[in-house]
Amino acid sequence: MEFTDKHVQGLKDLLYKMADDLLIIGHRNSEWTGLGPVLEEDIAFSSMAQDKVGQSLALYEILHQLGESDPDTVAFTRNAPQFHCSQLVELPIGEYDFSLVRHFFFDHADAIRFDMLATTVVEPLQMVAKKFRGEIKYHTMHADIWMKQLGESEEAKMRIQSTINEVFPYALGMFEPSEFEAELQEAGIFDGEFALREKWLNKVVPLLESYGYSVPNAETIIPEFGGRKGQHTEHLQPLLDEMTEVFAIDPGADW
Amino acid sequence: MNIVSIDPRVNRSQIDENTQEGIANPLEHFQTYEVFEQKKRGAHHIHVGSVHAPSAEMAVIFAKEQYSRRGQCVNLWVVKTADVFATEYEDSDIFDTISDKTYREPEAYKVIDRINAFKERQKAN
Repeated sequence: MEFTDKHVQGLKDLLYKMADDLLIIGHRNSEWTGLGPVLEEDIAFSSMAQDKVGQSLALYEILHQLGESDPDTVAFTRNAPQFHCSQLVELPIGEYDFSLVRHFFFDHADAIRFDMLATTVVEPLQMVAKKFRGEIKYHTMHADIWMKQLGESEEAKMRIQSTINEVFPYALGMFEPSEFEAELQEAGIFDGEFALREKWLNKVVPLLESYGYSVPNAETIIPEFGGRKGQHTEHLQPLLDEMTEVFAIDPGADW
Repeated sequence: MNIVSIDPRVNRSQIDENTQEGIANPLEHFQTYEVFEQKKRGAHHIHVGSVHAPSAEMAVIFAKEQYSRRGQCVNLWVVKTADVFATEYEDSDIFDTISDKTYREPEAYKVIDRINAFKERQKAN
Protein backbone atom coordinates (compact mmCIF):
# COMPACT_ATOMS: atom_id res chain seq x y z
CA MET A 1 0.00 0.00 0.00
CA GLU A 2 1.00 3.62 -0.52
CA PHE A 3 2.28 5.24 2.65
CA THR A 4 0.48 8.40 3.74
CA ASP A 5 2.28 11.17 5.65
CA LYS A 6 0.98 9.66 8.87
CA HIS A 7 2.53 6.28 8.01
CA VAL A 8 5.89 7.89 7.32
CA GLN A 9 5.66 9.93 10.51
CA GLY A 10 4.86 6.77 12.47
CA LEU A 11 7.75 4.91 10.87
CA LYS A 12 10.17 7.72 11.69
CA ASP A 13 8.89 7.83 15.25
CA LEU A 14 9.46 4.07 15.55
CA LEU A 15 12.98 4.31 14.10
CA TYR A 16 13.90 7.24 16.33
CA LYS A 17 12.82 5.54 19.52
CA MET A 18 14.64 2.32 18.63
CA ALA A 19 17.81 4.07 17.52
CA ASP A 20 17.84 6.45 20.51
CA ASP A 21 17.31 3.55 22.93
CA LEU A 22 20.26 1.70 21.39
CA LEU A 23 22.58 4.71 21.27
CA ILE A 24 21.90 5.69 24.86
CA ILE A 25 22.09 2.20 26.37
CA GLY A 26 25.21 1.55 24.31
CA HIS A 27 26.80 4.68 25.72
CA ARG A 28 25.67 3.88 29.26
CA ASN A 29 26.95 0.31 29.17
CA SER A 30 30.28 1.44 27.73
CA GLU A 31 30.81 3.32 31.01
CA TRP A 32 31.67 -0.09 32.50
CA THR A 33 34.68 -0.51 30.23
CA GLY A 34 37.71 -1.07 32.42
CA LEU A 35 35.58 -1.38 35.54
CA GLY A 36 33.71 -4.66 34.97
CA PRO A 37 33.61 -7.22 37.76
CA VAL A 38 35.99 -9.62 36.00
CA LEU A 39 38.13 -9.14 32.91
CA GLU A 40 36.13 -11.57 30.77
CA GLU A 41 32.87 -9.83 31.64
CA ASP A 42 34.41 -6.43 31.08
CA ILE A 43 35.29 -7.44 27.53
CA ALA A 44 31.91 -9.07 26.86
CA PHE A 45 29.88 -6.14 28.23
CA SER A 46 31.97 -3.54 26.40
CA SER A 47 31.68 -5.47 23.18
CA MET A 48 27.89 -5.63 23.48
CA ALA A 49 27.81 -1.89 24.21
CA GLN A 50 29.62 -1.32 20.92
CA ASP A 51 27.14 -3.61 19.17
CA LYS A 52 24.31 -1.40 20.44
CA VAL A 53 25.88 1.74 19.03
CA GLY A 54 26.37 -0.08 15.72
CA GLN A 55 22.72 -1.10 15.69
CA SER A 56 21.66 2.48 16.34
CA LEU A 57 23.76 3.65 13.40
CA ALA A 58 21.99 1.23 11.06
CA LEU A 59 18.64 2.69 12.12
CA TYR A 60 19.82 6.32 11.86
CA GLU A 61 20.91 5.48 8.32
CA ILE A 62 17.39 4.37 7.45
CA LEU A 63 16.11 7.65 8.90
CA HIS A 64 18.62 9.48 6.72
CA GLN A 65 17.23 7.68 3.67
CA LEU A 66 13.80 8.91 4.75
CA GLY A 67 15.03 12.51 4.63
CA GLU A 68 16.29 13.06 8.17
CA SER A 69 19.75 14.53 8.82
CA ASP A 70 22.84 12.32 8.61
CA PRO A 71 23.53 9.94 11.53
CA ASP A 72 26.28 12.05 13.15
CA THR A 73 24.14 15.17 13.17
CA VAL A 74 21.16 13.27 14.53
CA ALA A 75 23.18 11.49 17.21
CA PHE A 76 25.35 14.38 18.34
CA THR A 77 23.45 17.62 17.94
CA ARG A 78 20.11 17.03 19.63
CA ASN A 79 19.28 17.92 23.21
CA ALA A 80 17.43 15.73 25.70
CA PRO A 81 13.86 16.85 24.79
CA GLN A 82 14.51 15.80 21.17
CA PHE A 83 15.45 12.26 22.16
CA HIS A 84 12.86 9.49 22.02
CA CYS A 85 14.63 6.95 24.21
CA SER A 86 12.81 5.38 27.14
CA GLN A 87 13.79 6.58 30.59
CA LEU A 88 15.04 3.05 31.35
CA VAL A 89 18.12 3.40 29.16
CA GLU A 90 19.19 6.84 30.38
CA LEU A 91 19.37 5.98 34.10
CA PRO A 92 22.95 5.92 35.45
CA ILE A 93 24.74 2.55 35.45
CA GLY A 94 24.46 2.19 39.23
CA GLU A 95 25.98 -0.93 40.72
CA TYR A 96 26.50 -3.93 38.46
CA ASP A 97 23.23 -5.58 39.49
CA PHE A 98 21.31 -2.57 38.15
CA SER A 99 23.11 -2.64 34.80
CA LEU A 100 22.57 -6.39 34.48
CA VAL A 101 18.85 -6.24 35.25
CA ARG A 102 18.39 -3.35 32.82
CA HIS A 103 20.38 -5.31 30.21
CA PHE A 104 18.10 -8.32 30.75
CA PHE A 105 14.85 -6.34 30.42
CA PHE A 106 16.04 -4.15 27.56
CA ASP A 107 17.64 -6.84 25.45
CA HIS A 108 14.66 -9.15 25.58
CA ALA A 109 12.45 -6.28 24.40
CA ASP A 110 15.00 -5.40 21.71
CA ALA A 111 15.22 -9.01 20.53
CA ILE A 112 11.43 -9.35 20.28
CA ARG A 113 11.05 -5.97 18.57
CA PHE A 114 13.62 -6.90 15.92
CA ASP A 115 12.01 -10.31 15.58
CA MET A 116 8.63 -8.66 14.90
CA LEU A 117 10.29 -6.34 12.38
CA ALA A 118 11.77 -9.26 10.45
CA THR A 119 8.45 -9.31 8.57
CA THR A 120 7.84 -5.56 8.27
CA VAL A 121 6.90 -4.16 4.87
CA VAL A 122 9.71 -1.61 5.22
CA GLU A 123 12.48 -3.41 3.38
CA PRO A 124 15.59 -1.70 4.79
CA LEU A 125 14.24 -2.18 8.31
CA GLN A 126 13.50 -5.83 7.58
CA MET A 127 17.10 -6.27 6.43
CA VAL A 128 18.48 -4.58 9.54
CA ALA A 129 16.27 -6.75 11.76
CA LYS A 130 17.63 -9.90 10.12
CA LYS A 131 21.22 -8.69 10.07
CA PHE A 132 21.43 -8.22 13.84
CA ARG A 133 19.55 -11.36 14.82
CA GLY A 134 22.62 -13.35 15.91
CA GLU A 135 24.17 -10.43 17.69
CA ILE A 136 21.04 -9.76 19.73
CA LYS A 137 20.59 -13.45 20.47
CA TYR A 138 23.99 -13.47 22.12
CA HIS A 139 23.04 -10.41 24.17
CA THR A 140 19.95 -12.15 25.56
CA MET A 141 21.91 -15.36 26.23
CA HIS A 142 24.45 -13.33 28.15
CA ALA A 143 21.72 -11.64 30.20
CA ASP A 144 19.88 -14.91 30.88
CA ILE A 145 22.96 -16.73 32.10
CA TRP A 146 23.87 -13.90 34.47
CA MET A 147 20.35 -13.81 35.91
CA LYS A 148 20.40 -17.57 36.32
CA GLN A 149 23.86 -17.63 37.87
CA LEU A 150 23.06 -14.87 40.38
CA GLY A 151 19.86 -16.65 41.37
CA GLU A 152 21.98 -19.48 42.74
CA SER A 153 23.40 -17.56 45.68
CA GLU A 154 21.09 -16.17 48.38
CA GLU A 155 22.86 -12.84 48.75
CA ALA A 156 23.01 -12.17 45.02
CA LYS A 157 19.43 -13.32 44.56
CA MET A 158 18.14 -10.85 47.14
CA ARG A 159 20.01 -8.01 45.49
CA ILE A 160 18.79 -8.89 42.03
CA GLN A 161 15.24 -9.27 43.31
CA SER A 162 15.18 -5.80 44.82
CA THR A 163 16.69 -4.39 41.61
CA ILE A 164 14.02 -6.14 39.52
CA ASN A 165 11.35 -4.46 41.66
CA GLU A 166 13.05 -1.09 41.28
CA VAL A 167 13.66 -1.33 37.51
CA PHE A 168 10.34 -2.88 36.49
CA PRO A 169 8.29 0.36 36.17
CA TYR A 170 11.04 1.79 33.93
CA ALA A 171 11.14 -1.42 31.91
CA LEU A 172 7.39 -1.15 31.32
CA GLY A 173 8.04 2.44 30.24
CA MET A 174 9.72 1.05 27.09
CA PHE A 175 6.28 0.17 25.75
CA GLU A 176 4.80 3.67 25.90
CA PRO A 177 2.38 3.76 22.96
CA SER A 178 2.98 6.28 20.20
CA GLU A 179 0.25 8.28 18.52
CA PHE A 180 0.79 6.22 15.37
CA GLU A 181 0.04 2.71 16.67
CA ALA A 182 -2.99 2.25 14.39
CA GLU A 183 -1.17 3.56 11.30
CA LEU A 184 1.85 1.32 11.90
CA GLN A 185 -0.34 -1.76 12.19
CA GLU A 186 -2.62 -0.96 9.27
CA ALA A 187 0.37 -0.43 6.96
CA GLY A 188 2.11 -3.63 8.08
CA ILE A 189 5.05 -1.69 9.46
CA PHE A 190 4.93 -2.84 13.08
CA ASP A 191 2.45 -4.73 15.27
CA GLY A 192 2.68 -2.11 17.98
CA GLU A 193 3.90 -1.51 21.50
CA PHE A 194 1.07 -3.40 23.15
CA ALA A 195 1.76 -6.59 21.21
CA LEU A 196 5.46 -6.20 21.96
CA ARG A 197 4.77 -5.72 25.67
CA GLU A 198 2.66 -8.90 25.78
CA LYS A 199 5.32 -10.96 24.02
CA TRP A 200 7.96 -9.50 26.31
CA LEU A 201 6.00 -10.32 29.48
CA ASN A 202 5.45 -13.86 28.22
CA LYS A 203 9.20 -14.18 27.80
CA VAL A 204 10.76 -12.44 30.81
CA VAL A 205 8.28 -13.40 33.54
CA PRO A 206 8.58 -17.21 33.16
CA LEU A 207 12.34 -16.91 32.67
CA LEU A 208 12.87 -14.92 35.88
CA GLU A 209 10.52 -17.21 37.77
CA SER A 210 12.47 -20.23 36.58
CA TYR A 211 15.61 -18.65 38.07
CA GLY A 212 13.82 -18.25 41.41
CA TYR A 213 12.85 -14.56 41.25
CA SER A 214 9.38 -13.07 41.43
CA VAL A 215 8.17 -10.39 39.05
CA PRO A 216 5.80 -7.57 40.04
CA ASN A 217 2.34 -7.71 38.47
CA ALA A 218 2.56 -5.59 35.31
CA GLU A 219 -1.15 -4.73 35.54
CA THR A 220 -0.78 -2.98 38.90
CA ILE A 221 2.43 -1.08 38.19
CA ILE A 222 2.38 2.46 36.82
CA PRO A 223 4.94 2.52 33.99
CA GLU A 224 7.51 5.32 33.81
CA PHE A 225 6.30 6.85 30.56
CA GLY A 226 7.40 10.12 28.97
CA GLY A 227 10.71 9.21 27.34
CA ARG A 228 9.13 8.54 23.94
CA LYS A 229 7.70 12.06 23.97
CA GLY A 230 10.89 13.79 25.02
CA GLN A 231 10.21 13.91 28.76
CA HIS A 232 13.36 12.63 30.37
CA THR A 233 14.96 12.22 33.77
CA GLU A 234 17.67 14.67 34.84
CA HIS A 235 20.24 12.02 33.85
CA LEU A 236 19.94 12.25 30.06
CA GLN A 237 21.27 15.74 29.37
CA PRO A 238 24.59 15.22 31.28
CA LEU A 239 25.05 11.97 29.32
CA LEU A 240 24.49 13.82 26.04
CA ASP A 241 26.88 16.60 27.08
CA GLU A 242 29.58 14.04 27.73
CA MET A 243 28.86 11.99 24.62
CA THR A 244 28.97 15.02 22.32
CA GLU A 245 31.93 16.76 23.98
CA VAL A 246 34.45 15.85 21.29
CA PHE A 247 32.02 16.28 18.40
CA ALA A 248 31.10 19.74 19.64
CA ILE A 249 34.73 20.96 19.46
CA ASP A 250 34.53 20.88 15.67
CA PRO A 251 31.20 19.66 14.29
CA GLY A 252 32.43 19.99 10.71
CA ALA A 253 35.55 17.85 11.19
CA ASP A 254 36.17 14.89 8.88
CA TRP A 255 36.76 11.68 10.85
CA MET B 1 45.27 3.16 55.12
CA ASN B 2 43.81 1.12 52.28
CA ILE B 3 44.94 1.69 48.74
CA VAL B 4 42.33 3.71 46.84
CA SER B 5 41.90 3.00 43.15
CA ILE B 6 39.46 3.80 40.35
CA ASP B 7 39.21 0.03 39.96
CA PRO B 8 36.47 -1.09 42.39
CA ARG B 9 38.02 -4.54 42.57
CA VAL B 10 41.09 -3.05 44.23
CA ASN B 11 38.95 -1.11 46.72
CA ARG B 12 36.90 -4.18 47.54
CA SER B 13 40.07 -6.11 48.34
CA GLN B 14 40.96 -3.58 51.11
CA ILE B 15 44.70 -3.70 50.52
CA ASP B 16 46.96 -1.76 52.90
CA GLU B 17 50.75 -1.58 53.34
CA ASN B 18 50.71 -4.56 55.67
CA THR B 19 48.66 -6.80 53.38
CA GLN B 20 50.50 -10.04 52.75
CA GLU B 21 50.10 -12.23 49.73
CA GLY B 22 47.57 -14.87 50.68
CA ILE B 23 46.02 -18.01 49.34
CA ALA B 24 42.75 -17.46 47.53
CA ASN B 25 39.64 -18.95 49.07
CA PRO B 26 37.74 -21.32 46.78
CA LEU B 27 34.89 -18.90 46.03
CA GLU B 28 37.03 -15.78 45.93
CA HIS B 29 38.23 -16.50 42.41
CA PHE B 30 36.53 -18.35 39.61
CA GLN B 31 38.04 -21.52 38.26
CA THR B 32 39.35 -21.59 34.72
CA TYR B 33 37.97 -23.32 31.66
CA GLU B 34 39.94 -24.23 28.56
CA VAL B 35 38.33 -23.06 25.32
CA PHE B 36 38.24 -24.97 22.04
CA GLU B 37 36.96 -23.35 18.88
CA GLN B 38 35.63 -25.04 15.76
CA LYS B 39 35.97 -22.99 12.58
CA LYS B 40 33.54 -25.03 10.54
CA ARG B 41 31.41 -28.13 10.96
CA GLY B 42 33.44 -31.30 10.80
CA ALA B 43 36.73 -29.54 11.50
CA HIS B 44 38.71 -30.25 14.65
CA HIS B 45 38.10 -28.11 17.72
CA ILE B 46 41.31 -26.18 18.31
CA HIS B 47 42.47 -24.98 21.72
CA VAL B 48 42.48 -21.16 21.74
CA GLY B 49 42.98 -20.20 25.40
CA SER B 50 41.21 -20.11 28.75
CA VAL B 51 38.65 -18.03 30.67
CA HIS B 52 37.72 -17.55 34.32
CA ALA B 53 34.08 -18.40 34.96
CA PRO B 54 31.80 -19.64 37.74
CA SER B 55 30.09 -22.23 35.50
CA ALA B 56 30.48 -23.92 32.12
CA GLU B 57 27.55 -21.95 30.71
CA MET B 58 29.13 -18.67 31.64
CA ALA B 59 32.51 -19.86 30.40
CA VAL B 60 30.92 -20.31 26.96
CA ILE B 61 29.41 -16.81 27.12
CA PHE B 62 32.79 -15.31 28.03
CA ALA B 63 34.72 -17.45 25.55
CA LYS B 64 32.57 -16.23 22.67
CA GLU B 65 33.63 -12.64 23.26
CA GLN B 66 37.26 -13.44 24.15
CA TYR B 67 38.07 -15.74 21.28
CA SER B 68 35.35 -15.89 18.66
CA ARG B 69 34.33 -12.27 18.27
CA ARG B 70 36.02 -11.89 14.93
CA GLY B 71 36.38 -14.50 12.25
CA GLN B 72 34.48 -17.64 11.64
CA CYS B 73 33.34 -20.00 14.39
CA VAL B 74 30.47 -22.48 14.46
CA ASN B 75 30.97 -24.20 17.80
CA LEU B 76 32.76 -23.81 21.11
CA TRP B 77 33.80 -26.33 23.71
CA VAL B 78 34.79 -25.44 27.25
CA VAL B 79 36.42 -27.91 29.62
CA LYS B 80 37.37 -27.30 33.25
CA THR B 81 41.12 -26.82 33.33
CA ALA B 82 41.17 -29.06 36.41
CA ASP B 83 39.71 -31.89 34.32
CA VAL B 84 42.55 -31.90 31.82
CA PHE B 85 44.88 -34.77 32.55
CA ALA B 86 48.34 -34.02 31.24
CA THR B 87 51.71 -35.71 30.91
CA GLU B 88 54.66 -34.43 32.93
CA TYR B 89 57.35 -32.48 31.12
CA GLU B 90 59.96 -34.67 32.81
CA ASP B 91 58.44 -37.56 30.91
CA SER B 92 58.74 -35.83 27.57
CA ASP B 93 61.43 -38.32 26.57
CA ILE B 94 58.62 -40.79 25.90
CA PHE B 95 57.99 -38.86 22.69
CA ASP B 96 61.57 -39.15 21.47
CA THR B 97 62.03 -41.14 18.29
CA ILE B 98 64.97 -43.42 17.87
CA SER B 99 66.83 -43.10 14.63
CA ASP B 100 67.13 -46.80 13.80
CA LYS B 101 63.34 -47.20 13.89
CA THR B 102 62.85 -45.14 10.73
CA TYR B 103 61.78 -48.29 8.87
CA ARG B 104 58.48 -47.85 10.78
CA GLU B 105 57.85 -44.46 9.21
CA PRO B 106 56.60 -43.90 5.70
CA GLU B 107 59.54 -41.65 4.87
CA ALA B 108 61.82 -44.65 5.09
CA TYR B 109 60.29 -46.38 2.11
CA LYS B 110 61.92 -46.18 -1.28
CA VAL B 111 58.79 -44.75 -2.83
CA ILE B 112 59.56 -41.45 -1.09
CA ASP B 113 62.28 -40.82 -3.68
CA ARG B 114 59.74 -41.18 -6.44
CA ILE B 115 57.29 -38.90 -4.62
CA ASN B 116 59.97 -36.27 -4.18
CA ALA B 117 61.01 -36.58 -7.78
CA PHE B 118 57.37 -36.11 -8.81
CA LYS B 119 57.09 -33.03 -6.58
CA GLU B 120 60.25 -31.58 -8.12
CA ARG B 121 58.85 -32.12 -11.60
CA GLN B 122 55.57 -30.43 -10.59
CA LYS B 123 57.51 -27.48 -9.25
CA ALA B 124 59.62 -27.27 -12.39
CA ASN B 125 56.45 -27.14 -14.50
